[in-house]
Amino acid sequence: MAPVATPFFFYLFAAIMLVGGIMVITRKNPVHSALALIIALLAQASIYLMLYAPFVAGVQIILYAGGIMVLFLFVIMLVSIDRSIRERQFNSQRIAGLIAATALGGLFIAVYMKGTSVFPEHALSTIENDNTQQVATMLYGQSMFPFEIASLLLLVAIIGAVVMAKKRI
Amino acid sequence: MGAIIQYMESYLSSDQTPGAAGNMFWALVYIMLVFAGLSVAVIAMNWLERKILAHMQVRLGPMRVGPHGLLQPIADAIKLLLKEDIMPAEADGVVFWMAPFIVVLAAFTVFVVVPFGPTHAITDMNIGILFMLGVSSLSVLGIVMAGWASNSHYPLIGALRSSAQMVSYEVAMGLAVVSAILMTSLNAEGTGTLSMIGIVQAQQAQGEWFIFKFFPLGLIAFFIFAVAMVAETNRAPFDLAEAESELTAGFHTEYSGFRWSLFFLAEYSAMIAVSSIAVTLWLGGWLRPFPNLLNSSTWDLVFSLFPGITFLLFAAMCFYNAVRMPKHPLFRIQTIGLAGFGVVLGLIGLLLFVPAVSLRVQDIFWFAAKVAGFMYLYIWYRGTFPRYRFDQLMQMGWKVLLPMGLGVLILTASVALVQQKIWHP
Repeated sequence: MAPVATPFFFYLFAAIMLVGGIMVITRKNPVHSALALIIALLAQASIYLMLYAPFVAGVQIILYAGGIMVLFLFVIMLVSIDRSIRERQFNSQRIAGLIAATALGGLFIAVYMKGTSVFPEHALSTIENDNTQQVATMLYGQSMFPFEIASLLLLVAIIGAVVMAKKRI
Repeated sequence: MGAIIQYMESYLSSDQTPGAAGNMFWALVYIMLVFAGLSVAVIAMNWLERKILAHMQVRLGPMRVGPHGLLQPIADAIKLLLKEDIMPAEADGVVFWMAPFIVVLAAFTVFVVVPFGPTHAITDMNIGILFMLGVSSLSVLGIVMAGWASNSHYPLIGALRSSAQMVSYEVAMGLAVVSAILMTSLNAEGTGTLSMIGIVQAQQAQGEWFIFKFFPLGLIAFFIFAVAMVAETNRAPFDLAEAESELTAGFHTEYSGFRWSLFFLAEYSAMIAVSSIAVTLWLGGWLRPFPNLLNSSTWDLVFSLFPGITFLLFAAMCFYNAVRMPKHPLFRIQTIGLAGFGVVLGLIGLLLFVPAVSLRVQDIFWFAAKVAGFMYLYIWYRGTFPRYRFDQLMQMGWKVLLPMGLGVLILTASVALVQQKIWHP
């Protein structure tokens, strides 16, 4: 099988992701923004797939593209779109945006220049076929405690949502 | 030229799926075959549904176009293609245009990993079942987009209902699937698999279909999935998204012609897709009945005759009805047509008796037969169950199926652990 972790695929998916991300913040219609976000998320899943992490890619599609984004759209659709289209967008903060973009760009350039010393070159050690098992042993072996803490946090969020939504429990 | 032929032939000696063997040509051939097979299945399903539903309601169903309405689906398809394609003036053009394609794309892409046989799949992924659930969950997006972009009230309500329904039943469905995947790990190494082919092979290795595993746990998980999959495909009795007495046609009210037919195609192929998940996970996929109990060569021979016999039965049905046709001259062409169709089916049946053919086809036959059983159930549900009210639907999903799914998952895990640690240390 030909390797898929090639620069071509990386640049392709990264470009799709960037276009999607830019469209998220520039579209006036929130539904279009949400759809652009889905494109960006799917491109991200493709990058995971490219990096031989099919399990993460599958979970990304199920949770983000198929689950969370549907709820996003669900909420957005109930909002009156006409008004939000006519309103002036307040995300055009040019000076703050310029500063943040310069800082982030500088960081990227620094990482690109000194990357090899900060992040040692590392070949992909896990083959595709046991990615799922690797994730499982990581989550339920070494990182059991943080994983359970995270799920406890989610449980708190669920209970909080139920308490807030229900008038009488 | 020689190199190309050699490339084509190189796959024939391997016992892998074309995707795993990395052979582009055969992967393309398989994709074409699956696509053609699905289209034929959708056409057949369209006719069968109208016919069976009609007979359940003591009607005749389509009778005019072709003998017993056999050409009705083709006439319908031509009608849909020739119809004017209307887009509402206030609709959101791009989203309206994209929605049917996303639904169709999601419904057809999942068939990449459906295992019709140990080698008869386009490819086998390490995350097969996850891929199927993930991609089929993308079809909700298409439905929501269609409902919203139509800029009309009924489609929007239909889309909202549909997405709420699909998101809530996906949870119960996922729990049922996980409890089946857990059963694949009951082997010497103790590692399970998510690959569709691997799941069927695990059932073969353990000597029983997962529906009978840890009775009744497997059965309950299967039941949860069987209910959730009907809700997931928006079919009766959970077809609130397109309840015609309340919402005209739900999310696709404003669609007409070709675009509407894409929704239709997607709905039926999604039904086939979820049925094949159920068949793969609980009913042993391509395995014939009793592969371990009746494993002598005599039984192999007997079971290899089934595909041919089925087609001969269809042919016999055609001949029987051709004889019963009215003897009026106006019916002559119909009678000849039906007899001709019978001859074609009979010839296919005879071809399936050739050992070389039946050996390769019987996996596909058993898989298709099991899926066809589910398709009949879909029609049967539609003919017999009254539609749920929306609050009842939500109650069913969150208060009945979800706790049941959690319970089954915990019980399956405990039983599996006990079996793994105590009985076979």
